[in-house]
Amino acid sequence: MVSPLYTVIYVLGLILEAAVVVCVCMRRNYLAYLPVGFYMLCSAVTTIGSYFCIRQFGWGAVYRYYYYYSDATMTVLLFWVVIHFYQKALAQLQVSKYIRVGTAVLISLTALFSYVVISKNREHLTGRFVIELSQNLYFEGVVLTYVLWCVILKLKETRAQLAQLVLALGIYFAGIAVAYAIRNLFAGFADSILAWVPPIMSTWLAVAWIYTLAHVSEDTILITSQLEARVPA
Amino acid sequence: MIPSLICVGSVAVFFQWIAAYCRSILASSRRVELSDRVREVAGFRGDSVTVADFGRLLQLVRLCPERGDDHSDIRAVGAYYRALRVMNRLTSSIVPRIAAWANRECENCSYFAAVALDRRISYSRDLFTQQLGSRA
Repeated sequence: MVSPLYTVIYVLGLILEAAVVVCVCMRRNYLAYLPVGFYMLCSAVTTIGSYFCIRQFGWGAVYRYYYYYSDATMTVLLFWVVIHFYQKALAQLQVSKYIRVGTAVLISLTALFSYVVISKNREHLTGRFVIELSQNLYFEGVVLTYVLWCVILKLKETRAQLAQLVLALGIYFAGIAVAYAIRNLFAGFADSILAWVPPIMSTWLAVAWIYTLAHVSEDTILITSQLEARVPA
Repeated sequence: MIPSLICVGSVAVFFQWIAAYCRSILASSRRVELSDRVREVAGFRGDSVTVADFGRLLQLVRLCPERGDDHSDIRAVGAYYRALRVMNRLTSSIVPRIAAWANRECENCSYFAAVALDRRISYSRDLFTQQLGSRA
């Protein structure tokens, strides 16, 4: 039986994810945000899939398999969005060839790392392993976004839209990485409030991207150095 | 060991990015000059908008007709302001430098609220003018 609270949160998430896709499609240059729209579309499909998975198989092992492995796949897909932001930020430097090579190397390394971890954990592929894998993937997202944010600050990027999209993504990655790390440190937290962090952060990402795509025009200029929180000496 | 490092590192950048995100919203108001009208309505004594003005300015903003495009900004800045006030209280005796930074950020939030009020007053005046025009 699917609880009403679960249904409300997931229906809300689904509506917001669909709204991001609509926001991207309504833009004149929708191709510039194609990865964002595609990720949200896949995320909406995954959400629908999880609902039917629960209805069909309940909250047991099948759902857990579905949840963690679809989540890992979606995180890898989100790396494509990060790489797209890299290309936007570094467009003037004409280094897209190097970014593509870097992406291929990164995804290969992630796959290799995951393979090594899986081969060492054949006995318990579910349980702690999937939590550890997700934690590592999200932390990789945090590191990638942090490097991207440093690039944006270093290049004195002035596009408010790009800065806000990247910041929203960074908050999403960091929030979930923290939740997974705490769950990994303290196994008893697994079914506590931390289990609600991923859907809450997904809602945050969708809301923040809708806000940016709908309210912040591409011409809006921002002095990104002012965004650094410098404590007075 | 690794989960602990991931946890500490992610918490640090999480708060850094939240602050940067809120500052990106505040930045839109930084270059806007406040009109005499809003100074008169809000009763500013000096040139600067103080931290204590935030609550009063927000109440005045709520009294004006909604423009429809600033609601989410005001909510986000309101949440940021409350978090900064808590940080200010917690750190004022332990780390005064952070408390001073939080205070300066709160002043920016107050300035943002003043700009939002100014925009809403202009909007309500435009609505009033339109209504007068349609009656004539």
